[in-house]
Amino acid sequence: MTSALVTAAQPVTTHGFLSSSGVEIAFLLVGLVTLGAAVVTVTTRQLVHAALWLVVALGGLAVEYLLLTAEFIAWVQVLIYVGSVVVLLLFGLMLTKAPIGRSPDANVPNRLPALGVAAAAAAALVWVVADAFRTTWIDLDGAPQGTTKVSGEILFRHWVLPFEALSVLLLAALVGAVVLSRLRNQQEQQEQGQQEEEQS
Amino acid sequence: MSSGIVDVVVRLLAVFVAFLVLPLVVGQTEHKVMAHMQGRLGPMYAGGFHGWAQLVADGVKFAQKEDVVPADADRRVFQLAPAVALLPYLLVLLAVPLGPGGAVGQVLDAGVFFVLAVMGVGVLGSLMAGWASANKFSLLGGLRTAAQLLAYELPMLLAAASVAMAAGTVSLPGIVDAFHWWWVPWQIVGGLVFFTAGLAELQRPPFDMPVADSEIIFGAYTEYTGLRFALFLLAEYAGIVVLCGLTTVLFLGGWHGPFGADGLGWLWTLLKTAVLAFVVIWLRVSYPRLREDQLQKLAWTVLIPLALAQIALTGVVKVVIQ
Repeated sequence: MTSALVTAAQPVTTHGFLSSSGVEIAFLLVGLVTLGAAVVTVTTRQLVHAALWLVVALGGLAVEYLLLTAEFIAWVQVLIYVGSVVVLLLFGLMLTKAPIGRSPDANVPNRLPALGVAAAAAAALVWVVADAFRTTWIDLDGAPQGTTKVSGEILFRHWVLPFEALSVLLLAALVGAVVLSRLRNQQEQQEQGQQEEEQS
Repeated sequence: MSSGIVDVVVRLLAVFVAFLVLPLVVGQTEHKVMAHMQGRLGPMYAGGFHGWAQLVADGVKFAQKEDVVPADADRRVFQLAPAVALLPYLLVLLAVPLGPGGAVGQVLDAGVFFVLAVMGVGVLGSLMAGWASANKFSLLGGLRTAAQLLAYELPMLLAAASVAMAAGTVSLPGIVDAFHWWWVPWQIVGGLVFFTAGLAELQRPPFDMPVADSEIIFGAYTEYTGLRFALFLLAEYAGIVVLCGLTTVLFLGGWHGPFGADGLGWLWTLLKTAVLAFVVIWLRVSYPRLREDQLQKLAWTVLIPLALAQIALTGVVKVVIQ
């Protein structure tokens, strides 16, 4: 226990908190931009603008990954979230309701409770992450520690079971979505058939 | 240190010049090739020799036109959209290797993911344009663009993943380094899927439903004029260059060729890219436009199963040869 504490505490002495190197300053600035974009995303009254600010926030996160030398994670972040999730969001918005200008009904009455929940969740997350990784440092000057090779080895050596469990979960969701959509179609067809029979 | 900076500046300049010149070359080739395939001459007067300066003249014309923003449009998004559509292709061009030994704008560890991720961002420009124009045709075009992207992103990714599996790396120069001639028959299905899905993502004929002129005028770009409209057109041709370059690098062996291995590698890359660009133009002249349901059906019931089969084949062969 004490030896673990000593080895864990040792890096702290060599790294001052925010020892303003160039990368750390950039990290902080990009973080501020990301946070600002995220706040605008949830406060703006213009629906499509919210989706576009979300692009900025997610892109900012990708830049943060890059600054932490996790190149693979950064590009996957862009590919999945900016390239697919936001496109899906915009598609949904355009398909339903996407007026130019403010949406008067975008004002939700339970704003304050939502703010409370968001603040509590953020506080819990920040506390847990900060507490868990307080003593872990990434050597930004050395060889990249988040290359595709390293990520792949960690994922498929140490985290194979969670990875496979996740893929089963996603498969179940996919099959469920297909079943649900087909079920509704069949019901509608049956109802239509009945109506036609009644009419005839 | 200073030589490092000079090196970076030279690379960036070279990529930028290629980004400005190659799309125009493809555009001019399209004018001439389409004309000759249809028994016409195409542009003949601009610049004197066979109308070589036609696109330069077009550029001057576009720059002189008034830049109109519709009264009801969302001004900022409307004006930002062409940049969002064009810039991703410039970034992608940075990562496409031209020749062996580091003849590439920027070596990236996860190059395949980088190019696919950034190419997907370009479509956001069309979506922004479609929404911000306050025009029902534009909105319909934007919707069709989004639906098309969602359908064709997956087969493209799967086909690229197959090559990455075969090479054992996701870096673009690494993939070309690992290339052998028998990869062409091995990965041919994946290559066809990648190229087709790429065409659909660029909204080139026969996948140009989002800009179908007989139905929705010019889709998301209907309200654009002048230079911003020209930027959208430039994005389309830059997209052709990028797609053909990527197909060359991933499936056709990039700088590998039957002879001239030393020093002439970049010529092979350019030659293969040019042949593919010719095929893109050829397809435009040959095939009628696919209907919206045919588009979706092709992606989900043909391309994705083919890509999955290619991945299975790649895995089996990879295990056998090891």
